[in-house]
Amino acid sequence: MTAIETIDLTKKFKNKTAVNKLNLLVEQGELFALLGVNGAGKTTTIKMLSCLITPTSGDAILLGESVTNNPQAVKENVNVSPQETAVARNLTVKENLELTAEIYGFGRKVSKQKTEEMLLAFGLEEIANDKAKTLSGGMQRRLSITMALISDPKILFLDEPTLGLDVLARRELWSAIKKLKGKITVILTTHYMEEAETLSDRIGVMVKGELKAVGTAKDLIEKTGVKTFEDAFVALATETEAEK
Amino acid sequence: MRCMSFAKRNAKEIIRDPINVFFGLGFPLVILFLLSAIQANIPVSLFEINRLAPGISVFGLSFVSLFSGTLIAKDKTSSYMLRLLASPLTSADFIIGYTLPLLPMAILQSAVCFIVSFFLGLTINLNVLLALVILLLTNVFFIGTGLLAGSIFNDKQVGGVCGALLTNLTAWLSGTWFDLDLVGGAFKTAAYLMTFVHSVNAARAAIDGDYASIFPDLWWVIGYAILIIIIAIYVFKSKMKSENI
Repeated sequence: MTAIETIDLTKKFKNKTAVNKLNLLVEQGELFALLGVNGAGKTTTIKMLSCLITPTSGDAILLGESVTNNPQAVKENVNVSPQETAVARNLTVKENLELTAEIYGFGRKVSKQKTEEMLLAFGLEEIANDKAKTLSGGMQRRLSITMALISDPKILFLDEPTLGLDVLARRELWSAIKKLKGKITVILTTHYMEEAETLSDRIGVMVKGELKAVGTAKDLIEKTGVKTFEDAFVALATETEAEK
Repeated sequence: MRCMSFAKRNAKEIIRDPINVFFGLGFPLVILFLLSAIQANIPVSLFEINRLAPGISVFGLSFVSLFSGTLIAKDKTSSYMLRLLASPLTSADFIIGYTLPLLPMAILQSAVCFIVSFFLGLTINLNVLLALVILLLTNVFFIGTGLLAGSIFNDKQVGGVCGALLTNLTAWLSGTWFDLDLVGGAFKTAAYLMTFVHSVNAARAAIDGDYASIFPDLWWVIGYAILIIIIAIYVFKSKMKSENI
């Protein structure tokens, strides 16, 4: 079943077209990576899909609900882990999780129960009573992603989730993200080729606001006739320039 | 439920910032003690506690704008706002969540100010409760100002506008530090066009049991409170829609 369908999804900021007529299909349970250089339109796409900004034209249907016609219904089904760590700094880890669950409509008792489950599942139980601002960058990021998951989203947007993390923290997060595969639909943006290749079922490469290619890492390597996925990405990302 | 959870979070964020506690409670009390000490050592009635306590309460409430404005501005410039905006919270949830925690805080702030004033000689009677109600209406103005400032400015600018400008306007134009008649002229006219002196005068009338004198001033307080809240809600909602908050 289709989780996300975009129909000529477009976003313009004054004279600049950030995303141009994006047409994309993502299946339920799929982990789809969006790759692109800075300014390619990845984050703008995620912001439109998560109803943070309104498309200039076109539409996106998430689990049958339109981001333009019924954003409130879309919001009930999705959650986001923004590019930068998004936590309430003066709240403890536990309070951050409980608050997020309550904002998504869970009662206090259920929120507390879900918080305990998430603390255990994501190895946060030892720092449950620490304020978010006292945590390391890696732990804050882990908390941020756990906050995105506590609402039981059917679709999760992870915007550069491992940006700025050290290798160990990154690997730990990869392990957590891998566990989500098949259970919920995940849209991941990243600059790390290895991350996209390791985690995702399919990859979309965006160049200057347009979707240049979609497929598995293997598909994209074959399509570009190179040896590695990184080379395939470079070939796709620079193709437009070369064509000019 | 959602807005109450969000309100609880905002209350925690404000209370857990020691600077807020100092400026919200500590600083007005320091001024109260200081001016009372001056009064005890001068032969003229300059800072009588019945006139001073309502003035200091209004001055203390001006910091509420700083609390709420700073919180909103900080949220606005952090990724946490993206998380909140992507959630099912509605505009009404945001506005209630940001404003509701400030009401009990303001009541507590004014109550502490009056309790301390009792020890400095303020008459203990039911009129103080009436003054608290009047101050609550005054607080609506300061809450609205905080919401408006937080929607428009970043946290540093809010510090300047609410922390410096508004608190000074409240102090100078409220008739707390000096009798506005002593200055007179355009200064007095300007002061009486603002809400601060009317808030202080209405609370003073309540404390004195001079009920007939409450309402001319209280109309100004209510008018300003309604006006600023309407503007603040409009600007806040516009900012949310314009994707700039």
